[in-house]
Amino acid sequence: MIVVATQGAPAEVDRPVGDEDVLTDRPWLVIVWNDPINLMSYVTYVFQKLFGYSRDKATKLMLDVHHKGRAVVSSGARERAELDVYRLHEHGLWATMEQSS
Amino acid sequence: MIGRRFRRDRYGRYRLSLAKAERQLLRSLPEQAKEVLHESEPSAERLYPPAYPGDAEASAEYRQMAGASLLDRHRRALDTMVETVDGPSLDEAQLHEWLDALEVLRLVLGTQLDVSEDSPQIEASDPRAAPFAVYGYLSMLQGEIVDALADRLDPAGTGPEPPEVNP
Repeated sequence: MIVVATQGAPAEVDRPVGDEDVLTDRPWLVIVWNDPINLMSYVTYVFQKLFGYSRDKATKLMLDVHHKGRAVVSSGARERAELDVYRLHEHGLWATMEQSS
Repeated sequence: MIGRRFRRDRYGRYRLSLAKAERQLLRSLPEQAKEVLHESEPSAERLYPPAYPGDAEASAEYRQMAGASLLDRHRRALDTMVETVDGPSLDEAQLHEWLDALEVLRLVLGTQLDVSEDSPQIEASDPRAAPFAVYGYLSMLQGEIVDALADRLDPAGTGPEPPEVNP
């Protein structure tokens, strides 16, 4: 399992005053996890279709998911990331999001 | 190619080449799956991942916002499959719905069968032999639709580069 950094986590308390924006601006990462059901060709296709990635890049991401267990497929502001997670869920992929550290 | 089940014709429709037994299966499976689509059903677990692992509250909020529309979408895809399976062809939007329907069917059946990446050798006498054969058939069918639809995409892509981050 992974640990999600949440806003206002104790680790952030030591940041210098005036640096709060850094905390909320840290991008959210959209992660797709390996699963035993989805076809490799299907996962590649979904990355191409949803994000407009080239076939080569989409294949590389799919292989990352397959071999490393997970891959970051997109990143951005929280609302944007959540929309991507939703679109991936629409397509049956096991997607989650976490704020980058 | 001979034996392709979804062949695009010059009008942009996909001709269906399915045997009677296949059509029958694709009529009955969606009806069965619709019984267990709700997020409270153990078989549907794969359809509703938590968006924020480690943050139950945010995940619950997300679930509240997204759950009903995910369920709607899955239902609609299964309905389209049943409504169109006896026809001669599908338009491209319907073929996308078939892809979604097959995804739902495979996620539900794969969860029920607890499939792993190394597919086990199932003896013909095993009671799981029939559902595993159905699962294999659905996988093949989904692969054929992926091939047909991937043909329509620009291999060079149309969007930005994926993020470089790779933890």
